[in-house]
Amino acid sequence: MSSKIRTRMGDGELVAMSPSEIREDIAVGTGDAADKAGVPQLTDEEQERLYEIIADPSRIVSVGPGNEVVVTDDGVPGSFYCGQDDSGVGIPLSRGQATLTYERVCAADTVSMGHSDYSFKPVKNVISNETNDYYNISMDTTAPFIYGAQPNLGSYYQPDGPVRNPADLLLGGDVKAAQEAQEEAAEKMRQDILYCGRKLNDVGCEGLNLDTSASGGDADFMGTLQVVSELKEEAPGMPVIVGASGEFVLGMHGEVTFNDKQLAGMYPHDQVKVAEEAGVSIYGVAIGTSTNESLAWNVARSVTFTKAAVSAANIPVHVNVGMGVGGVPMCEVPPVDALTRATKSLVELGKADGL
Amino acid sequence: MGGIRTTGDLVAWMQLARKMKITEAKQYVADKLGIEVSTLTDEEEMRRLREELGIGTIISVSGSPKGILAKIRISELLGIPINSVELFKSQLS
Repeated sequence: MSSKIRTRMGDGELVAMSPSEIREDIAVGTGDAADKAGVPQLTDEEQERLYEIIADPSRIVSVGPGNEVVVTDDGVPGSFYCGQDDSGVGIPLSRGQATLTYERVCAADTVSMGHSDYSFKPVKNVISNETNDYYNISMDTTAPFIYGAQPNLGSYYQPDGPVRNPADLLLGGDVKAAQEAQEEAAEKMRQDILYCGRKLNDVGCEGLNLDTSASGGDADFMGTLQVVSELKEEAPGMPVIVGASGEFVLGMHGEVTFNDKQLAGMYPHDQVKVAEEAGVSIYGVAIGTSTNESLAWNVARSVTFTKAAVSAANIPVHVNVGMGVGGVPMCEVPPVDALTRATKSLVELGKADGL
Repeated sequence: MGGIRTTGDLVAWMQLARKMKITEAKQYVADKLGIEVSTLTDEEEMRRLREELGIGTIISVSGSPKGILAKIRISELLGIPINSVELFKSQLS
């Protein structure tokens, strides 16, 4: 009988590993996260429990009864009718049909809608279409119905947007101009999100999701947190979810702050605290998957970051577990064996409030 | 958690509206429903209870509340304002 365990690499490839190899990867993975973020690594007992989850011979695994958590989504109904770019399955459904199918066929805890060009900048141009659809569909949904889009600071830079591209400015060594360009773009982004948020609140929006925040670095995160604060003042009845884009806020600017805290370099346990200060209802941590490492290494690392963030937070923390985040392999169709091992670990060991 | 098949939507409402962590949100919903936390994900029990309370069922029962009417009842049951419900009520009056 083989002592090898059927598992995956971070790119989804099926591999066979020995128990000692898996245990070693768990130890190295949790150590990597702990070193980078300055948080505790998983205890020996937790590492052994994680080994049991990874090595479970079942095709799929699940949490025990009573440990179930809420799953929020970022545009799943859209993937019912979209194409490959959005991991869509291309069924000719309307947005309303897709949303209700997700609620009543898939038994989703929350449902959502968003523009196919999933950023606030293009949404602003068609906001009346979006609010019309949102209002109509919200009359039929029972579960929380969330409108989502990305802040996406990068869409404001030339050639796609109006602001000088900081990457070009940095190439020329003009750091100051690159910083100013990011601040200018962040202000335009903040205004667009505020505009869309107000319009959605006017039609009874039950939740706004600022998805994949900080993808453009620390200035992106700053603009996101600023607009959440403003929306919470103006529209306190509209909960706001903020999802991260990675475990580390890139210092593309390097000096921007929120409530006097430098944003560059923040790991999930610090990100969630500034999100909390801004008024966020649910924060979605995102931890990147390394395709060169094993499932065990990636999940151990994700659980370590998550556990620290949940421990630091007074608000619910949901972990992003799509392709390439949260320990889930980076491939177009994430294998269900790897996906369920990642989610079970994040809930049972990371103590996540949701996914 | 099973959405409107069980109580996933109700627990999600509490996380969104009151920023409750998962354990607190589940306990709150269980208390409001008068059931044990372990019953929150019991499809058989929740199918009956959701129809009885008029808060929407996964199976489409003809004439039974769903959509905005179910959300009005959920808002009252959980004691939380829901933006769409508040708008709808304001339009009625």
